[in-house]
Amino acid sequence: MSTAIETSPPAAVPARLVPRLSRWSRTGLLGLAVLVFWLFIAAAGPWILPHGSGDMSTAGVFEAISRTHWLGTDYLGRDILSRVMDGARYTVGVALAATVMACAAGTLLGLLAAVNGGWFDAVLSRLLDTLVSIPSKMLALIIVAAFGSSIPLLIVTVAVVYTPGAYRIARALAVNINAMDYVTVARARGEGRMYIMLHEVLPNIAGPLLADMGLRFVYAVLLLASLSFLGLGVQPPVADWGSLVRENIGALPTGGAAVIAPALAIATLTIAVNLVIDNLPGRAQANQESR
Amino acid sequence: MGARVEVSHLNIVAQAGGKDLPIVTDVSFRIEPGEVLALIGESGSGKTTIALSLMGYARQGCRISGGTIRVGDVDVLGLSASEQRSLRGRTVSYIAQSAAASFNPSRTIMDQVVEVASIHGLMSREQAEAKAVALFRDLALPNPQTIGQRYPHQVSGGQLQRLMAAMALICDPALVILDEPTTALDVTTQIEVLQAFRRVVRERHTTAVYVTHDLAVVAQMADRILVLRQGRQQEQAETRQIIESPQDDYTKSLIAAAKPAPRDAGRLAPDAATTPLLEVRSLIAGYGALDKHGLPGSPVLSDVSFTLHRGQALGVIGESGSGKTTLARAIAGLVAPARGQILFDGQALAPDVSARSRDQLRRVQIVFQMADTALNPAHTIEMLLARPLQLYFGLKGEPLKKRIAQLLDLVQLPAQCAQRLPGGLSGGQKQRVNFARALAAEPDLILCDEVTSALDTVVGAAVLDLLAPLRRELGLSYVFISHDLNTVRAVCDDIVVLYAGNKVESVPRAAFSQAARHPYFELLASSVPELRQGWLDQRSSTSRLALPPMAVGTPPNPELCSFLDRCPLRVSGACDTTAPPRRRLRGDVEILCHRSEADLIALQPASV
Repeated sequence: MSTAIETSPPAAVPARLVPRLSRWSRTGLLGLAVLVFWLFIAAAGPWILPHGSGDMSTAGVFEAISRTHWLGTDYLGRDILSRVMDGARYTVGVALAATVMACAAGTLLGLLAAVNGGWFDAVLSRLLDTLVSIPSKMLALIIVAAFGSSIPLLIVTVAVVYTPGAYRIARALAVNINAMDYVTVARARGEGRMYIMLHEVLPNIAGPLLADMGLRFVYAVLLLASLSFLGLGVQPPVADWGSLVRENIGALPTGGAAVIAPALAIATLTIAVNLVIDNLPGRAQANQESR
Repeated sequence: MGARVEVSHLNIVAQAGGKDLPIVTDVSFRIEPGEVLALIGESGSGKTTIALSLMGYARQGCRISGGTIRVGDVDVLGLSASEQRSLRGRTVSYIAQSAAASFNPSRTIMDQVVEVASIHGLMSREQAEAKAVALFRDLALPNPQTIGQRYPHQVSGGQLQRLMAAMALICDPALVILDEPTTALDVTTQIEVLQAFRRVVRERHTTAVYVTHDLAVVAQMADRILVLRQGRQQEQAETRQIIESPQDDYTKSLIAAAKPAPRDAGRLAPDAATTPLLEVRSLIAGYGALDKHGLPGSPVLSDVSFTLHRGQALGVIGESGSGKTTLARAIAGLVAPARGQILFDGQALAPDVSARSRDQLRRVQIVFQMADTALNPAHTIEMLLARPLQLYFGLKGEPLKKRIAQLLDLVQLPAQCAQRLPGGLSGGQKQRVNFARALAAEPDLILCDEVTSALDTVVGAAVLDLLAPLRRELGLSYVFISHDLNTVRAVCDDIVVLYAGNKVESVPRAAFSQAARHPYFELLASSVPELRQGWLDQRSSTSRLALPPMAVGTPPNPELCSFLDRCPLRVSGACDTTAPPRRRLRGDVEILCHRSEADLIALQPASV
């Protein structure tokens, strides 16, 4: 979502996508640290696991925290720490891919609807409204039941579920910008629709869209977790955090770490993303200026 | 009966990043009971901040850091928060600039006018309503008995402003603060509101503070004037003294800007033989779907024609809703006209912008009123200026940079501006960038839509100063749209007067002061406040009946003169039965009226 026009050397002024560290608030930094931690685990997972994620331990099932198994073992005696670290790849990866797809599609369609207006806008909006009217878990259930469960399909399913929401936000923001005088000036200058969408409108809605994307990522993580919990998500033997919770639900009465650790992972990731969104330095500044 | 107000050594600071930034520094003044003091200055001079501090109030992020304020025998700053609350609305009341934004649209006017009295428990609902009706009558509002039952959107802007005055006066406050109460109104409405304010303030002997940037208005309303600049007082004296013999240099510049001098561009004589640059023929335009006659659902312009020669500046004047902006948009192709033709350099322009050639688009540029909404806040000034250069001329690299620097120089902006975002510029600078962007296209015609209306007088005057030399040096033509007659007179060769979408008169500047005027033009011209004391009283005594406001939407009978209901010179038997003829008078004046030239000149008081 770079805003610079190719011709002029990008001046220092246009907003950076990721602001300098020194401009972050302390809470924002905390969120950022947790987020980076999980992204690192997701990326480096396979190479840093303490145990194989499928290896069964000799220690037994639902083993308590010990020196060999820092977070104990699961219902089959597998190392929980390794399972959670391995699961990060699926949870973060699938959610991220799905969110990016949903937001890209939603933004593109929203911009098209706002700039074209008229029947195009009306038809597209009603179509996507129809999609919203189907409960998201039901929709996912139908898709998985019809096509089976695989990771690419899971990504597409989650993306489809969140596209209408991203579309609505993008369209609403773009309609407001589209009514500004500078867009009128561009039109009077003879600019095409593509230029107006990408250069006049998009840079001015990128901030809120980015914030919305963060929120949507959180929803995607939660939807994935609930799908996995229902057994519709990532299929065994691999497991994302949602399926880890489900697999080890038996440990709940004994207070085992087996179920708490993946649940905690979901919680920390979603909270971290929210902290980052709420404390993006650019937004705080924008709020101050508008006051 | 008003109270004495004493303010001494008032200091107000804004808190920014842990530091205190002074916004009002050491201001002291004294208002005798029943006196009106005007606070005058540009935006950012601290005038509203001072006015609000009289209620013990500082806006969010600001703090009153020193000084004393006494209203009557109350020390305002020494009061607790709850005591200050009981002071507000009861002892000190406030009339804001935008009444429309200050009324709650979902409650009746009466509910809101008497609310203050009931909050302070001063009188019963019946008493308060009776008092409100009396105030409505004093403020010359129509149907004082029943107007309170309406909702805010059901009355006009000028009426709403007077209703807000009623709200402020219902508790008989000791001090009334009027914060730019007529700035957002048309001149013809402003004059009625000013008359009403002046009468109630005088009759009630209320002490008042009048905040404004408009010296001509102040001359009518205030006994004393305090001139502010950047939060410091520049000069404080009797109104007469400030206007007739200002001491301070800044005051002098304010007064000079209030009387715009003609900016002559050395007019090129229009040659009838050459093709006019722009010719508008019987233009009909509006909004909404077309009906079966091919006319728009809500018509705005009906049958407007004029010609503009190369190098000429044409002024278009009229109240809000008269169709000025629609005219500019139709010429720019942003509103497709339903009928009529727009010829540019002899060629017909397509109604819609998408059907015009790139060269046609390049030659007509438009500059808008709101300088900041016309600049994309995400683009640097360099990017903003580069775009038309790339699009129309394909400039790149070094020539592009050079041209951008040249353009900035042309509108007298420093070259360092290029790397800044619009948010880092002042209002006047932004408007210069808008002009630079229009000039980048090397146009033949620039449509200026209220380009100085949102700017301070001094800043606006500087922008106007820019227009004349540009026109001379670059051979530009302007269509200059404004509601301000003084501005139009200062810049334009010819003036077109629009009323409810009709061109009621066109007059060359040479003939301006002697020519016969259409009754609407006369009303407009005589409503512009003059910078001398007593003008309002003088005008009130010669004034006609209060005129109903311009009808919004379709006139009652589209066949007849659109000004019929408001016209003081209407002829029964002619005006109310047949459409007025369009006639040419002496001195190249064109007029849409039944009255003869001799009649119009004889019946109109010689003014201006």
